[in-house]
Formats: sequence, C-alpha cells, structure tokens
Amino acid sequence: MIEIQNLNKTFNPGTVNEVKALCDINCTIEEGSFVVLLGTNGSGKSTLLNAVAGNFLPDSGKIMLDTIDITRMPEHKRAKYIGRVFQNPFSGTAPDMSIAENITLAAKRGMHRSLGWALPKTAIEEFREKVRPLNMGLEDRLDSAIGKLSGGQRQALTLLMATWLKPKLLLLDEHTAALDPKTANKVIQLTKEVVEKEKLTTMMVTHSMQQAVNLGDRILMLHNGRIVFEFNGQEKHRLKSNDLLALFDQIRRKDQIDAATADMIGQLYI
Amino acid sequence: MSLLIGAVTIGLILALLALGIFISFRIFNFADITAEGSLTLGASISASMIVAGFNPLLATLVALAGGFIAGALTGIIHTKFEINGLLSGILVMTALYSINLHVMGKSNVPLMSESTVITYFEDLAKWLMPGTETMSLFGNSIPAKDIIILASVFVIVSIFGVILYVFFKSNFGTAMRATGNNQQMIRAQGVNTKSMIILGLAVSNALIALSGAVLAQFQGFADVQMGIGMLVWGLASVIIGEALISDKSLGFLITGAIFGSVIFRLLVAVALRIGMNPNDLKLITALFVFIALVLPKILKKNKMKSMEIK
Repeated sequence: MIEIQNLNKTFNPGTVNEVKALCDINCTIEEGSFVVLLGTNGSGKSTLLNAVAGNFLPDSGKIMLDTIDITRMPEHKRAKYIGRVFQNPFSGTAPDMSIAENITLAAKRGMHRSLGWALPKTAIEEFREKVRPLNMGLEDRLDSAIGKLSGGQRQALTLLMATWLKPKLLLLDEHTAALDPKTANKVIQLTKEVVEKEKLTTMMVTHSMQQAVNLGDRILMLHNGRIVFEFNGQEKHRLKSNDLLALFDQIRRKDQIDAATADMIGQLYI
Repeated sequence: MSLLIGAVTIGLILALLALGIFISFRIFNFADITAEGSLTLGASISASMIVAGFNPLLATLVALAGGFIAGALTGIIHTKFEINGLLSGILVMTALYSINLHVMGKSNVPLMSESTVITYFEDLAKWLMPGTETMSLFGNSIPAKDIIILASVFVIVSIFGVILYVFFKSNFGTAMRATGNNQQMIRAQGVNTKSMIILGLAVSNALIALSGAVLAQFQGFADVQMGIGMLVWGLASVIIGEALISDKSLGFLITGAIFGSVIFRLLVAVALRIGMNPNDLKLITALFVFIALVLPKILKKNKMKSMEIK
C-alpha cells in the first residue's frame, strides 16, 4: 500500500521558470491496486511518479510505502521496494552489457552485491527459462549486448527485470510511448499478465485513452499538478475512451476561459 | 636488444597505468586526469620512504594506498560536490603537485644506491641462475637479471589483470560497470552510483600510483614532473589495445590494455632510436590519440554514406 500526503514540489522556485509541478497531492493506493495516471503534458503525472521513485525530493508532504516512510530516502535505497520501467527504452537497461548481465543486476535489486561470480552457470539456465515466455527469441541471445535489441525487446526485458524480484510497487512511466502500436500492445499484454499474476501494486502513466480504459482498476487524472478527477471500481469499468476525451476537452476549455478572463481583466483595468 | 628488453619492461610497468586509465576512461567514460598527479604521488611516496629506510615493498604498498586516496578525492569532488569530472581531476592533480613536492622535499629523489623492489628481482635472478651473468636471446647476449626483472614485472601485471577481470565479473564489479554504462538504470536496481564512482576512481588511481612507484624504482629516481602527459599515454595504450583486439569482451579489453602499453612503449623506443626528437614525443602521442579517437567516427560516416548510395 502506498500513501501520499500533501505532496508539494515547485521547480525553479523564485525564477521566471517557476513551475508548481505538484500541489497538495493526496492519495492512497491499496495493496494490489493498479492505478492509471492520466493528464495533459506538464500535468504532473510523470513528476508524481518520479517523486515516488525518488528522482528528486519533494518540498513538503509525505510518501509512505506500507509502513516505511520513503519521503527522504535516496533513490537507490527505495529501489529495494520499487520496480521501474521508463518511457525511454534506453533508460532501463545498460546497453553495452549483455542480456544476462542486465538480468543478474536486476535479480539482486536492492540486495547486497558480493564479490562472487555474477553469472554462474546455474543462473543462466534460470534466466533462459524466465526469458522464454517473452516469445522474442531472446533466450538464445543472453550473451548479446542489450544495445543491439529493438526498443520493444528492451522494454519487455526492463519489465521482466523490474518484476524479477517482486516489488512492493511497480512504476510504469509511459513505457509503451516510444514503441510502434503492435509492439506496444505486446508490452501491454506482458504488463497485464505479470501484474495480474503477481498481484502487483502498480502506478502507470499513459497518454493512451485505450490503455487507461482497458487496464487497471482506478484512474487518476491530473492537471496543473493536482488530481482533478478520479474513477474507481464500477465507475472505472463503465468508462469509455470517449468519456475521457470529453473530460480532457472540458479541462482545456476551462483553461482557455481562465486565460481569456485574465486577458479581459487585464484590458479593463490596465 | 637490451634496449628493447628495457622498453618492454617499462611498457609493462606502465601497463598498470593503462589498466587504471582503462577503468576511468572505458568503465566510467571520462578521462580522469588525476592520473598525472597520482602516478607522481606513487613515485614520490615510494622513493621518499625507501630513502628514509623503509622496506621497499611496504613503500610500494603505501604508494598504492596514496593513489587510492587521491582517486577517492576526485570521486568525492565529482559526485558529492557535483563538479564536472574533468575539473575534479584537474583540481586534485594540481593539489597533488604541491603534495608531491612536500613528500619528496625537493623535485627529484634519486634511488640509484638504494635497495628497491627491483633489487628483490635481481636477487631472485641470482638465486634462480647462480653464476649466470648473461643470457643469449636471438643471438644477443643480455644480462640475465634484465630478463628476470622483465618476467617478474610481467607476472605482477598479469596478477593485477586477473584480479581486475575477476572483480569486474563479480556481482559488485558488474554493478560498477553498469554505473559507467547507465546510471539511471543501476540506481533503479538499488546501487549507490556515487559510491561506485568514488570507489572505481580510487581503484583506478591506486593502480596508477603503483605504476609510478614501480617505475621510479626501475628507473632509479622519482621526479615531480614524471606524471606530465601520462593520461594521454595511458589513453594511447588502451586505444592501441582495443584496435589490436576486435573482441570487445572484458577479458580481451584488459589484456589489450596491457599489451597496448607494451607495444606503444616499443613504438616509442624504436622511433627515438631512429632519430625522433624526444621533445616531439608528447606532441606525437597527443596526435596519435586524437587520430585514434576521430578515425572510427570518420570510418563510420563513410560507411553510412556508401550505404546511402546503395
């Protein structure tokens, strides 16, 4: 379970580039829940995910993972509890190292790393068996450098690596955005399978209404650093992608009116 | 011939430098110029201690520890204070210049009449081949002790090469390599990348200081200027090694760095022999590294062009 309380983050405070990225975010995500984060560009959905992952420390607020307060914990210490797949397929793997080496790094996520041999023969067999279900022929290429693989293959591997040790929380940051539709579907399929099988608590950022509708049991919609809409349970199941698009339109119109009103007031009084 | 044996020996001693540069340049992807200071640091610590009457082996180990600390400092300045890696190296290198002068008390410490690690090797030669003063190699007569010194240095360098290989193939070492390859990735796997960089640079400079310590004892003096140009020298060795061996796996890269250093030293010895002005040495080394860094890019571009035409 993850609890986010009054989370705030402002980037570049006191400058012209000041951005209130997160404003008083409050939410509780139950154990085993799969939450989809939606929002326009700059709405703060990726920022929220990065705050939970520890890429930066929040200005105020609290993040609890089960009973552990991770608010001030550095990124590499949180990694013990958190599995991540990034938007950029290059981010989640070490390109010059082999598939097997990458997996062995993930198989020890957050654990003590000894001076023992990283790739004993027995481990390779285990890796092969766990890579086979991806159906990408990677089980015969464990010695190849990851840099030689396609984006889809990398994302599938990153997903496998993120869930190799069961994480308390799985963070997916638009992990199919850089892939072609067919590959994206495959990665989404794999995501669904692993989340259901392991009953993982998951937060996923996406731009795809289709994914938002089809996946997960809860939708949070963010705008200007706040959670503006939320759909749970039955309500979420009845939701169609058109409904979500309508909501986006609504947000956008509200924004335009605000800007227009501001203009009008400006003309009237100055 | 004796000249060649000497060149190969120095090449092997500098192979330790090449291994150190291999760690900073190829594992962590940045040219750590601390090397120029830590090589001299190793030389000055060992020379001063030997002159002061300490055991040469102990002096060499303290030199290694000194390099370790110097490298760790660069790492700390780079990671904890978030200063650019090259600048961190320059700061430590500059500071080391004064420190080296303090350690030695002057700019040059001769070791000609002292008992050094090299003396141990000479004793070994006497013990292995009592009474043999010279040996015949390809029809040339060479002092037997030179051969034994060469062999001993080779064994030591090989041991360090194997240790590095085993280290970088371990769970810990694999994480260190990943730190150089993709920091975001390895942080997400729970590794403290800052500590990894600090430790990696420490190990790198420990090897470089060791190289300096052995070099000083072999050539019979430590000099405050001896580190100048050594980073580029090490880069040249690593690059030659990579060019010679097309296999890019770790074991071959380490072997390549060692033999690259020997070959580079041989090339220099031959060039000097046939009349190259020694003053041009650093210029030519720098040019060589420049070409070696640029050539692959040009070749790749040409390849792309020819593919486009097809």
